[in-house]
Amino acid sequence: LRTSVTGYLFLLPAIVVLVIVFLYPIVQIIRYSFSTYQMGTWSFVGFQNYRIMLHDPIFLRAFRDNFELLLVVPVLTVVGVFLAILLYERGRFWRTHRFAVFLPYILAIPVVGIIFGYLFQYNGVINEAFRTIGLGALAIDWLGNPKYSMTTLMLVIFWKELGFAVVLFLARLLSVPAELYEAARLDGAGWWRMHWHVSVPQLKRVITFYVIIEMITMMSWVFGYVYVMTGGGPANSTMVAELYIYQTAFQFNNPGLASAVGVALLIVSGVFVAVQFLLNRGDSR
Amino acid sequence: VRIRRWTGILKQPVLWVITLLALFPIYFMLVTSLKTPEDYAANHFGLPAHPTLSNFTEALGGSKFIIWFGNSVLLTVGSVLASCLIAMLAAFALAKLNVPGAGFWYNLMTVLMVIPPVVMVIPLFQFMVNIGLINSYQGVILIYTGLLLPFSIFLLTNFFREVPDSLLEAAAIDGATTFKSLVEIILPLSTPAFVTLVIVNALWVWNELLISVVFLQNDMMKTLMVGLTVFQSRYTLNIPATMAGLVIATIPILVLYIGGQKFFIEGLTAGANKGE
Repeated sequence: LRTSVTGYLFLLPAIVVLVIVFLYPIVQIIRYSFSTYQMGTWSFVGFQNYRIMLHDPIFLRAFRDNFELLLVVPVLTVVGVFLAILLYERGRFWRTHRFAVFLPYILAIPVVGIIFGYLFQYNGVINEAFRTIGLGALAIDWLGNPKYSMTTLMLVIFWKELGFAVVLFLARLLSVPAELYEAARLDGAGWWRMHWHVSVPQLKRVITFYVIIEMITMMSWVFGYVYVMTGGGPANSTMVAELYIYQTAFQFNNPGLASAVGVALLIVSGVFVAVQFLLNRGDSR
Repeated sequence: VRIRRWTGILKQPVLWVITLLALFPIYFMLVTSLKTPEDYAANHFGLPAHPTLSNFTEALGGSKFIIWFGNSVLLTVGSVLASCLIAMLAAFALAKLNVPGAGFWYNLMTVLMVIPPVVMVIPLFQFMVNIGLINSYQGVILIYTGLLLPFSIFLLTNFFREVPDSLLEAAAIDGATTFKSLVEIILPLSTPAFVTLVIVNALWVWNELLISVVFLQNDMMKTLMVGLTVFQSRYTLNIPATMAGLVIATIPILVLYIGGQKFFIEGLTAGANKGE
């Protein structure tokens, strides 16, 4: 009994902070989502916020955009595996390449957003480069045209997140026993076959981890990009759930509706976590 | 054989193209920050014709930049210290003190790690208004500490578990109190884990935007990241000055990263290798 009392004394500060920062807000946001805030008081309105939410085209647009961002994840994973394998062979300057590829990942999202905001201006550096080399047709309005703004956003996120994949996968590959590769080589496997049959299976577990992390990133960690680069525009073409919640609560003073969207986001994240647990369990069996 | 040779020839160029694409935006930020506006107007890509530091003095002098920088430093130091300390105590309990339900708490941390912070923002805003901590360092440090705790506890618990129980039992026989054995046995063995944690957490707080946008709206309380977005709109036409601001904001991150590259990568990969 004594040890468990001491144990909980050590846990206590963490529990207090977690209750304030996680438990209390989650309980509250569920209550808020069934209420409306007017003149400083909350009053119960049943499912009204959820009804408004489901009929709001901007909300639908926001979640559609988040799901569209998920398309970046498989690309990141495939390119990440490919580059990790190239670096694994530790050719000339492999450390330099690893350092360079990882650098974007540590930069702050606002910093990245501002730099790319300038690069992708209609008369910005990237279009100027296209025009100089005679590819003026490619000089599109990257961020200003609703047709292209999501793709541009995806490019920027890809640029920033790729390094994490490469470093994560490379670290795993470097701990694979060299005998596995030698055995494959002795069997006469070529480069592609060797990595397909040795590297990729060894990476399965980290790939699962990475895919889950990135899926969560795309759903609930892209506020910085849109806040800095597009503000959700043009014409709400880059609206995402986080920005919708932020604007609805703090700019349009409708925290009830924002809370309903928050609960929706929470449910989506919960589904991802459940999938992760199931995959991990299947893996360790 | 032909195919193998082709892949061999392509490997290096592919890596160089990727490296150049990864570095170009950073190169653009650096060289632009060293150009005069006239120089930049005439030459967007190349090296500065007459490198100048005037953009840096302009960025630092003309606005509240230094105050914002100081705010970010204060919030980073405060939240990193608080999260490491609280996580250390909790992880010790979970790894070594046979707390009932230790498995539940550990699993709870992995779940909390993926909850979107934006979900907590609205209730926390109301909460901070009620207790008068809007636009305060304490309020934001409390939120940051809470958001950092799940990962911190997760990482430290995994690490503390590796410390052999026999060392603790020996200390207990010598009459060491529980707290003393944490400080004298576990801590010295855990330096690498703490270095990792400090770097990962400090980068996270330094780069954070959403919480600081919502909770620190007063101009004198803004963090550097929020300040930069204000700064950018003020200097829309003076791109070199904006870039100088970005460079200043990035230097502390680079120092942390280069100083602790090994630990940092270990921390990021820790989650993947200790899945269950």
